[in-house]
Amino acid sequence: MPVVLETISLVKQFNGIIASDNVSLQIEKGARHALIGPNGAGKTTLINLLTGVSRPTSGRILLDGEDITDLSTHKRVRLGVVRTFQINQLFSDLTPLETIGLAVSERRGQGLDWWRIVGSRPDLVAEVVEILERFHLTDVIDKRTAVLPYGKQRLLEIAVAIACRPRVLLLDEPAAGVPEDERHEILAAVAALPSDVSVLLIEHDMDIVFSFADRISVLVNGALFVEGTPEEVAHDARVKAVYLGEELVDA
Amino acid sequence: MTPPPAAVRTATEWLSARARWHPLEIVFWFAAFAAIYLFPARHLILTEIAWLGLFALSLDLILGYAGIISLGHAAFFGFGAYTAALLAKHEIIEEPVLALLISGCAAMTLGFVTSFLVLRGSDLTRLMVTLGVALVLRELANRYGWLTGGADGLQGVSVKPVLGVFRFDMFGHTGYTYCLTVLFILFLVARRLVNSPFGLSLLSVKSNPLRSSAIGISVDARLVAIYTVAAGYAGIAGALLAQTTAFASLEVFSFDRSADLLLVLIIGGAGYLYGGLIGAIIFKFMQDYLSALTPQYWPFWIGLALVVIVLVGRDRITSWTTPIRLMAARLNWRALARRSAERL
Amino acid sequence: MLTILFDGIAYGMLLFVLACGLAVTLGLMNFINLAHGAFAMAGGYVTVVLVNRLGVPFLVSLPIAFLASAGVGFIFERTLYVHVYRKSHLDQVLFTIGLVFMSVAAVDYVMGSSQVFVQVPSAWQGKFDAFGVGIGRYRLLIIVICGLLTVALQFILAYTRFGSRLRAAVDDSRVARGLGINVNWIFALTFAFGSGLAGLGGALGAEILGLDPSFPLKFMIYFLIVVTVGGTSSITGPFLASLLLGIGDVAGKYYVPTLGSFVIYTIMIVVLVWRPQGLFSRATSR
Repeated sequence: MPVVLETISLVKQFNGIIASDNVSLQIEKGARHALIGPNGAGKTTLINLLTGVSRPTSGRILLDGEDITDLSTHKRVRLGVVRTFQINQLFSDLTPLETIGLAVSERRGQGLDWWRIVGSRPDLVAEVVEILERFHLTDVIDKRTAVLPYGKQRLLEIAVAIACRPRVLLLDEPAAGVPEDERHEILAAVAALPSDVSVLLIEHDMDIVFSFADRISVLVNGALFVEGTPEEVAHDARVKAVYLGEELVDA
Repeated sequence: MTPPPAAVRTATEWLSARARWHPLEIVFWFAAFAAIYLFPARHLILTEIAWLGLFALSLDLILGYAGIISLGHAAFFGFGAYTAALLAKHEIIEEPVLALLISGCAAMTLGFVTSFLVLRGSDLTRLMVTLGVALVLRELANRYGWLTGGADGLQGVSVKPVLGVFRFDMFGHTGYTYCLTVLFILFLVARRLVNSPFGLSLLSVKSNPLRSSAIGISVDARLVAIYTVAAGYAGIAGALLAQTTAFASLEVFSFDRSADLLLVLIIGGAGYLYGGLIGAIIFKFMQDYLSALTPQYWPFWIGLALVVIVLVGRDRITSWTTPIRLMAARLNWRALARRSAERL
Repeated sequence: MLTILFDGIAYGMLLFVLACGLAVTLGLMNFINLAHGAFAMAGGYVTVVLVNRLGVPFLVSLPIAFLASAGVGFIFERTLYVHVYRKSHLDQVLFTIGLVFMSVAAVDYVMGSSQVFVQVPSAWQGKFDAFGVGIGRYRLLIIVICGLLTVALQFILAYTRFGSRLRAAVDDSRVARGLGINVNWIFALTFAFGSGLAGLGGALGAEILGLDPSFPLKFMIYFLIVVTVGGTSSITGPFLASLLLGIGDVAGKYYVPTLGSFVIYTIMIVVLVWRPQGLFSRATSR
């Protein structure tokens, strides 16, 4: 499978601390790729580098062969590199309808349209409603995001990313902080992602990782430690040692 | 996969409900225009309210919609005022409306050039940079007194009739109609703007710039755009002052002006366009009344008003107007959402 | 030229004493106190009244000015400011501008709007020559007093328990609270102390800066420049910034008098845009 997003020897240093250590990662087209590692391993730092929120100290990032290392975040989004945040980053006073509406309208290049009234394009609205239906958000469609239950907010976080029609979707712990009874919706949404979207999933919950991923990369102290199929990683003694004897999965 | 047309229609209605004209808005503008005929004796103060309202509207665009705290918005106001006054005095552009447009463009250019200064930094840095720009302009105006009239102000300005027909008079009759018309037109444009996808993106930038860039919005570009537009509006307000009083002085750049403006906007509430207009009405009448009582110590009352408003809480103050706004906003889904949310 | 340097240093050190309270307030509570100049003004007027009307010796009036301003600062902090800490920056700006306007108008009403002068004892007036440099006695006094204060401040910060608690609270107030440090109390004391210093600076500076009811407004921008250019993570930053500002302003007004403060404002804008976190601060962890 062709590689859609890759990093070449990516290094990020903060005042002497090496947060990303020579990371060369490849994400294949249509991948269900998981990134795991102990806390502080540098997973979110890597996502920040991939999305342009931070700039690398050295190294390159290529999207479909094109160098995007120097592009700003919003330009990368336009090229199809989209992320979700580990802690919800939503617009607390906007509703899901407005939030998704904004994302779709930006994607369609209508963000600078200052004359038309919001909602005056029925085809745009139809797309927005369709996305909201897909993520089971229609029951809260007109409520301020700030009053939504956490699970719904997390779904909205993913829905916004999908509304941008990503080529590569970077999910940063989508189920983090979600109460037990709302998790299945998140997991179902993640499982139902379109197959042409390449997904990099950061997760701590190994059940999710092993049911979702067809490829796993393990990040330790900022460096790629082990990579391979779920079976290979599950049985790798070094990985088990890193997680200090934690039961990864019953293979 | 395509959702039922009924769902799409409801969603469309929700999205566009905010843009629909509410009955109270129509009453407001009707009353404003009716005042031309009903209160001729008050036209002078109404003229001041009109351009002050426009000035406050321009601040609302950057403060209420884009979240930029500016202590130097008077920079654009003053720039527009001097441009208009100079155009009239040196008879470069004699027709006031044309001069007005040019002053607005001049202020917009200044806004565009200085917008890059407010993109980076914390609230405090932005505050200082905007204050700094206004102070620099004041110093420059002081320095180049041969052009600006220096501390005495620009004398000998005579403003020709609007459109060649409507002469300015001592009682503010032409002045009020002129300012009100300009205000109304610019208000309509601003109203379209804030209810557009662009306006929604401004709200998102104000609410969460990180998230905004994560959906493909260039935060800097949007801020530059709205800052430029707001500067233009402020410049036109300044030009209106200059044209209706046939005078311009250093005081148009003063910190007092920027601070008063903040109070005007805060009284009415930021973020819904009418706050500046309502604030201007209240402020001017208060000033009129209190200046008669204690002319020298007017700043004391301004200060007290600011302190009280903050201590009581801006939300609580604007919430006194909420029942009125809710009544007018029956179709406003956002108010509905808030009410249904409160019931949750 | 050296005279200008000397005058500039005096001016700078005075600015430092005036502004360091503001720097600590901002760094400690992230609170934008635009009314800081009002406390300076209070100290200045206290000294004017004491020296001119009550015949108190000048040097004695200085600590009284300090205490008076500190007292006023403490009262204001406990009764008014404490309600505004959690509010947004916009609210803080509005609130403190309101206080400035009120204090300016109040002082105008009580003391009149003309500029007042302190009857500085003749021992401190005039100049003498040393190494070819004209040294103003009063400015020398300012340098000495402010220098001693700076050293004392540095000592307090570095070597006392209060100082280390203060530094901890500035660095990360949440963690400091978690360690059992009473951040609110530290803030009240620091605010009072900073206001007192401002008052002392106002008393010292009345003679060379000019004291009238519009003092807080005139000098607000200078204090802000010291704080934003100097950063809030140490006192050396504001110290250096004050010196630069003092020397720059004096030199600017001497060499290019027609442009007045234009030079300072432009440099400020350039610095803030180039390095929004200040010239001398390290990047904060916030």
